[in-house]
Amino acid sequence: MHDFAYHRPQSLEDAANFLRTAEDPLLMAGGQTMIPTLKQRLAAPSDVIDLAEVPGLVMIDVKKAQVSVGAMLTHASVASSPEVQAALPALAGLAGNIGDMHVRNRGTLGGSIANNDPAADYPAALIGLGATVHTSKRQIAADDFFTALFETALAGDEIVTSVDFPVPELAAYMKFDHPASRYAVVGVFIAKFGTDVRAAVTGAGPCVYREAQMEEALTRDFSPSALADMTISPDGMNTDLYAGPEYRANLVKIMATRAVEAALKGGG
Amino acid sequence: MSKHHVTSTVNGEPVEFLCEPQETLLDILRDQLDLTGSKEGCSSGDCGACSVTIDGRLVCACLVLGAEAEGRKIETIENMAEGDTLHPLQQKFLEEAALQCGFCTPGFLVAAKSLLDRNDNPTETEVRYWLAGNLCRCTGYDKIVKSVMDVAAEMRGE
Repeated sequence: MHDFAYHRPQSLEDAANFLRTAEDPLLMAGGQTMIPTLKQRLAAPSDVIDLAEVPGLVMIDVKKAQVSVGAMLTHASVASSPEVQAALPALAGLAGNIGDMHVRNRGTLGGSIANNDPAADYPAALIGLGATVHTSKRQIAADDFFTALFETALAGDEIVTSVDFPVPELAAYMKFDHPASRYAVVGVFIAKFGTDVRAAVTGAGPCVYREAQMEEALTRDFSPSALADMTISPDGMNTDLYAGPEYRANLVKIMATRAVEAALKGGG
Repeated sequence: MSKHHVTSTVNGEPVEFLCEPQETLLDILRDQLDLTGSKEGCSSGDCGACSVTIDGRLVCACLVLGAEAEGRKIETIENMAEGDTLHPLQQKFLEEAALQCGFCTPGFLVAAKSLLDRNDNPTETEVRYWLAGNLCRCTGYDKIVKSVMDVAAEMRGE
C-alpha cells in the first residue's frame, strides 16, 4: 500500500468535510474490496476516511411495505436478521451468499453499491426492487444510481447513508456464482409488485441493468414458461477467463427462469 | 504519515501499539505483538490463513487496518489452547490428520471454533458454508469437515 492518512470521523458532516478538503480522499466502509485495491496499488488515496464510527449508519427498520438498511450494515447482519428474513427473504438470501463468512462479517451494503462492481450482488437487489438510496445530500432512485462500470451518481462529497427496499408480493435472486470468489458470473433478481414486474441482471454486462423483454413477458404471465422462447442477445456482455458473452446470455435466461420458480415458491 | 496510537484487547490482555495507517492488523499481530500463529497466505482476503475474530466476528486480519483495532477485542489462534491442553478442535485435527503442511490450520481452527461457539449441531453443508473462506491445498477438506463434525458431536455429548 502507498502511504495515506487515516481518519475516523465521528459525524457524517465531518466525513463529508474530509471529502471536500483532502487532496485525493477515499471512503472506507467494510474495506473488503478497498484494502485489496490499495494493496494492488490500483488506488493511492491521500486520505482514507473510515465510516466505522459515524452514527446512524448501522440500522435495520422493517415495516410492512418497506425494509430500510443502513449503509454500514454488514452482509452477515442483513442475512441473519429475523426481521429481514421474514419480510424480504430474497434480500436476506442474497446477502448470505455474498463472498464468504469473513467477507460478510466486514463487507457492507453502502460499500458494495458505492463501488458498483459489475459482478456484485446488491446492485441487482436495488434495481430489482426499485429501491431508493439515501445519501448525505438527497434521495436517489436505484434506476438513476448505477451509471456505468464502477460508476455511480454519487457526487465527490456525497455519502450513502441507507437504502429503502420496497417489499414486493414475490421476489427471488438466483446467481451462477464463480466458485472461488462467489461473485456473480450472472445473477438475476426478479420481483413482482401487483401487476408490475422488475428483472435486474448483474454480472452479465458492464453495469447492472433491467431486462425489458423479460419484464414485459413476466408482466403478462408470471411463470417460468413465459421465458422459455426468449432469446437474450450477447451483444455488449462481459467476457473473461470463465465465461464469454454467449454463455452469459444463456445464463441470464436460466437464472431468470430459476428466480421466477423460486419466487413462486416463496422467495430465496 | 503520522503513526496512530491504538488501544485494544488481544486474547483477553489489554495492548497498546503504534501503527502506520497502511499497516494491517495482521502486520501488527505478527510483527509487533509476536503472535505469528496467524499466517499471511494470499494477503487479499481469499485464503483465510489469517483468520481472527474481532468482537466475536470471524474476519481476515489481512483486510483490517491496524488502526481499526482501536477499542476492539481481538482473538487469535494463540488463545485457543489452555496452557498445554489443546482445544478439542486442535486435538481432533491431530487425531484425524486434518492437516498436512499446516499453513492453513490456524485459520481453519479459528473459523471452526467461531462456528461451534454459535452452533454445536451444524450440518455438513453448514460446516462447508462457514469454512468457505478458508482454503487448504493439501487435505481436500474432507478430513477438516469430518473433524469439525466429530468435535461438535462430542460437545453435544454424543
